[in-house]
This record gives sequence, structure tokens and C-alpha cells, in this order.
Amino acid sequence: MPALKPKRNYPMMDMTAMCDVAFLLLTFFILTAQFKSQDAATIETPSSISAIKVPDKDIMIISIGKDGKVYFGVDNPATRVAMLENISQTEGVQFTDKQKKIFSLQANFGVPIRGLSQWLQVGATTPDKLKEINQPGIPTDSTAQNELAKWIYQARRANSGLRIAIKGDNVAKFPVFKDVMGSLQAQNINKFNLITGTEAPPQGWKAD
Amino acid sequence: MAEIAQGGGGHGDKKVRSKKASTRVDMTPMVDLGFLLITFFILATTLSKPSSMSVAVPDKQTDVKNQETEPLKASKVLTLFLGKDNTVWALDRIAADDDKAKTDLKKVSYGPDLRTLIFQSQAQVDREHGKDDKGLSQFVCVIKPLKSSTYKNMVDALDEMAVTKSKRYALVDALTDKEKDLLGDKAN
Repeated sequence: MPALKPKRNYPMMDMTAMCDVAFLLLTFFILTAQFKSQDAATIETPSSISAIKVPDKDIMIISIGKDGKVYFGVDNPATRVAMLENISQTEGVQFTDKQKKIFSLQANFGVPIRGLSQWLQVGATTPDKLKEINQPGIPTDSTAQNELAKWIYQARRANSGLRIAIKGDNVAKFPVFKDVMGSLQAQNINKFNLITGTEAPPQGWKAD
Repeated sequence: MAEIAQGGGGHGDKKVRSKKASTRVDMTPMVDLGFLLITFFILATTLSKPSSMSVAVPDKQTDVKNQETEPLKASKVLTLFLGKDNTVWALDRIAADDDKAKTDLKKVSYGPDLRTLIFQSQAQVDREHGKDDKGLSQFVCVIKPLKSSTYKNMVDALDEMAVTKSKRYALVDALTDKEKDLLGDKAN
């Protein structure tokens, strides 16, 4: 007589339905995905009731960090390179192809033109170190050294259809914004967007 | 657990028994993978797309001296000075060089207080002046961010214009001498 073997009864669960749900959600997230871009600084924007969405392409974003540093970025890598080449011509700074490649991968940057080559060289030799470098911000203050205005001008030369958006941090001081606005106004750019978070309008409020 | 029964190969068997082929596949690892990917996509994406507020500023290049501009009547204007520590100094329908300005300068905070003030002032201007020939309110709001105000303060003030539907507003950064006198050390 064989030893009495207790019959093991594994609880089996039908996973098919769960699997369906998981992949349905996965499909949804893949289709709606918009990847976070690597930014030079984290910026917490104030919120507004405005319902206009920020355009996805053909946009240049001027960011104002909480310490008042100004960063500049263009969405399209091709425009970034064209912009860098324009700056290289007008400012007489030379960049290698490798450096241009590194530059085209940066969502935004905050390095003065003089230090740009050196900064990109770090990216070309040791890519991991690039993120650790503390960027000083683009000079905006005095008119002679207003590099932000130069970048804006060259970016628009590279792509004339660029829209302009300013993304400021909650605690950034107003005078910095004023300088940025001054750089824009000096080039006859009188209409721009402020990027804000979304906030529900008060009850009973209707857009007209 | 995961058994894919391979039925069929019964050639060597003496007894030919049609074995029922069970095609149950264990889905657990697949579900695991599914949820892992979902987690990745949730974390790596930005869900709320930021909105944008459009700002149009007057042209600086044109020669202002050649243009005939009608001075604003103080009784139609609400001036908001955005100061430090999230305070607003408001001059409600009164000019900065008026004798009463000093006592009339009100301190308000952002949010409901500021909104109520704008609505009150708006209603008062509408009552006194009525609509203009285009059927618009004659109420004008002048926003003057001071040096110590933050970007958030300015956005909040502009947003308040959208909430109260004040169509005529101006963002001015320069203070007149009278206003400097009036604000004193608050202006820094």
C-alpha cells in the first residue's frame, strides 16, 4: 500500500482578465506618453486659470530659476545646432562636431557663450559629469553683455516660426523677469507666453 | 503551476487514450511584466500638460512722444503695487499725488481679498462712468510689481485680471516720484 499522499491543491487563479487590464493600461500610457525632458534646473511654475496649452513644437523656452538664473532652450535638436552655428559665426567661437552633437541633446542650458565650449567639452569627454556641473545662467542684465538677446535672435534666425514662452519659478524675483522681458522687447517681440500650471477657475466663472 | 500539457505523443503507449490537451498558460509573469511597464510609463511621463498665459506688451520702439495719448482719469484706475511677502498695496480710484492717497493705501493679500477689491472697484467705476462707446467697461487696472515681488506674484495678479474679466490692464514696472514717496520703504 503506497503511503497516503495528501493531494496538494494549489489555488489557481485565472490571470487572463488581469493581464488584459494591465496591457490595456500599458497601451494607454504608451500612447499618451510625453517624456520628461532633462532640464538644467527644476522650476516650479505658478498656476493660472488659463486653458491655453503650451504648443509642442516650434517653441523656445526661457526659464527663470529660483535663484534668478536664466536658462534657454529650443525644442528641436536641428534648430539647436543651427542656432549654435549662428552664434559661432557672430561671436567667433569655434565648436567641434562632437560638441555640436552634445549641444543638440541639451533641452536647455544656462552657460555664457565664453564658457560654452569648455562646458560642451566636458559633455564630449565625460558625458556623466555634464549634469553635475553647476550652470551659472545666461547673462541678461546689461545691454552690451545681454547674451540672452543674442540667443533669441539667433534662434529666430534658425527657425523664424519659433514661439516664445517664459517659464519662471514661483520665487524668482520680478527684476529678473523684467530683464528677460526687456531682451524680448528690444527685438520687437511684444507677444509671448508664460508657462503656468493649471488651476481650476473659481465657481461660476465662464470664459468669454 | 505553469503547465502546458503536451498531448498527442501517444505512439509508444499501448493503450491509446485520447488525452485531453489542456492549453492553460500561466499568466502571472505576463501580468507582472505588464504592471512593471505601466509603472515605468507612469513615472517617466508628465501627465498634466502645463498651460500658458499669453501676454502682450506695448511696443517700445515706437516714438511715444508723437502719439497723442489721453491721460487716464484717476477715478477709473485701480493701481496695485505688488510688494514683498505676498502683499499688495492698492490705490483704489485715487491718484498717488492726492492728499488722501496716504491714508487710502490699502494692504491686501492675494486670493479672495484681492478679487473682492477688484470686483468692488470695477462695479464702482461702472456705476460712475458707465460703459464707453464700444460697450466695454472703463475700468483700468495698473499692475506695478515692485523690486521685491516674485514672479508668482505677477502671474497671480495677471490671473486675477482673467478671473475678474478686467480687459484693460497694464503691467508697468517704473514708479513715478509721487509713488515712490507714497510707498516709502515698501518700494524696495
